Amino acid sequence: MAGLEPGEYPVVVVGSGPGGLQTSYFLSRLGVEHVVITADDAPGGMFRRYPIFQRLLSWSKPDAPVERTTREYEWFDHNSLLSDEPTYRALVPAQMDRSYFVPSRPEMEAGLTAFAKQCTLPIRYGCTWESTRREDDGSLTLTTSDGEFRCRAAVFALGVTEPWKSDIPGIEHVPHYVDTGKPRDYEGKRVIVIGKRNSGFEIADGLLPWARQVLLISPRPTQTSVLALSSVRVRYLQPLEDHELGGGTLALDAAIERVEKTESGFRIFATGTTRPCELALDCDAAIAATGFRTPLRDLDQLGVMTVSQGRIPALTPFFEATGSPGIYFAGNATQGAPGLRKHGVGASSPAVHGFRYNARILARHLAETRFDVSLERPAIAPADIVPYLAHELTHGPELWTQKAYLARVVSFTDGTARDEGVEPLAHFVDAAGPDALAATVEMDAAGEIYPVLYVRRGGEVDERILHPDPVNAFGNPAYIRALTQAVADLT
Amino acid sequence: MAAAGSEIDSLSRLALFADLTRPQLERIAHTYEEDMFAEGQRVLRKGFSGSGLYVILDGEARVVLGDRELARLGRGEFFGDVSALLDTPPVSDIVAATALRCMVVPREEVETFLVQHPTVALRMLKVSLQRLADVLEWQA
Repeated sequence: MAGLEPGEYPVVVVGSGPGGLQTSYFLSRLGVEHVVITADDAPGGMFRRYPIFQRLLSWSKPDAPVERTTREYEWFDHNSLLSDEPTYRALVPAQMDRSYFVPSRPEMEAGLTAFAKQCTLPIRYGCTWESTRREDDGSLTLTTSDGEFRCRAAVFALGVTEPWKSDIPGIEHVPHYVDTGKPRDYEGKRVIVIGKRNSGFEIADGLLPWARQVLLISPRPTQTSVLALSSVRVRYLQPLEDHELGGGTLALDAAIERVEKTESGFRIFATGTTRPCELALDCDAAIAATGFRTPLRDLDQLGVMTVSQGRIPALTPFFEATGSPGIYFAGNATQGAPGLRKHGVGASSPAVHGFRYNARILARHLAETRFDVSLERPAIAPADIVPYLAHELTHGPELWTQKAYLARVVSFTDGTARDEGVEPLAHFVDAAGPDALAATVEMDAAGEIYPVLYVRRGGEVDERILHPDPVNAFGNPAYIRALTQAVADLT
Repeated sequence: MAAAGSEIDSLSRLALFADLTRPQLERIAHTYEEDMFAEGQRVLRKGFSGSGLYVILDGEARVVLGDRELARLGRGEFFGDVSALLDTPPVSDIVAATALRCMVVPREEVETFLVQHPTVALRMLKVSLQRLADVLEWQA
């Protein structure tokens, strides 16, 4: 694209998957000049190839209780990117043939392509980021295949996309998930899948019609007692049911000690974790569904720290690298900002439906703190505050998607209530700020969903947990009373 | 997903986990999240529900009540045990004193975790009793 030459930009975004596209969209709408550079020749990121079995995990319901062009519809459409303009909303369901309420990979890719094109995002394709350095004035220079891009802030939206294997001796001979063959390559074979999270179960599910037997192995048991908190989505639970019913598939809780190549395949030596035992398992084929890491290249040399065995960058609540100012992350890597983890419930940041909201928060934060853009904080009439918050608790897609992670905030200064927008809950409760009320939707370890209010007065924050509601409508008199009390405490 | 050997090694070097077998350590590394906090970031918040048990893998944490630092905790030490086991909100804040790396056991899983690993429970009990003894001695 013309005008996107190497040179100096306020912000450079690296990556054209959903995280990069969403960040670019919001930066554009806030008037922050930037360029998106990507090694790819088309938008879509991982969705240009994966998932292997060509069907996503999360719903986009072409028909829903609310209109497709509304903000509230976002909760029913987990795959489309966000837009302030109704015309660019819900672009994924627009591609769906309705054979299933979860889009296929090509439908997802088409939705992302339509978004990039219709929103005219400034993307330079075929431009590979190669290295990074920090200048004396704190700015960053990204060396690419096309030349140098200099910026005050860089946003890396690289996904968690680099195949990652554990250091089990012999695992180097086992193909990674990304190198899984065609299903018919596994016809009549006994297949061992290393890993029991979504990608492992996706492979097992896809191979059930072909393989002679599928075994899944990892140290951690698959918990499904609370479906909302399971490490595997229900869509892929068929192999687990087969295991439970003794149908031939086995899901084993065992730590693998080593993998040996045999004449006809592999022999895997493992020790049981849930039930102590020694196992030596032969198979004709094996697949390492051991996950991915963020491709950080040389960013560790600029002080970017990591969690999860070096796979994910450690981030602040505003998605800035811990220990390396000016380096931000968008997309799947925003899981590196863990939030409060109340009851062990993680955010939805590893998925599009969660990180698209993180991208809006990041863009607003960058615009305000680094480029002096003044954000709109509309005043709310006193009589409207309680109904507004009740509506947000019941229908706000940010609160429902990012439970106990993002909060709708209303501030109270000099007798005026203002909508501060959606903020990271960790920021609201930890940073000093004006007297304010934050509203969240949260979930406990039993899967109960309920609203929580955080009241900040004189810098102190108190937590007020409200009851769940059988139909998740948080507008009945009990909620109105609690909201009214919280507002009264602040005015 | 399998954990890197170095991660297992770093768990195995903590006194709390000294009695565990390698498969047990692998299961722990696979099951519980690892979080990293910048210096000054709050980890546990006084009065908030739903917090878990934290084991420090690297760095230091401060136990803070208002403006007072009550204690400092380092590698291999743990916090959040009282509120997780008694189901009460923390009575003080925990703040990262340096870059701080922790393993987190969610509140609802702490009992199961301890029942599954009785030697860890015993080692935690001894530390808790020592903390209690220190308080009693200080009060006396």
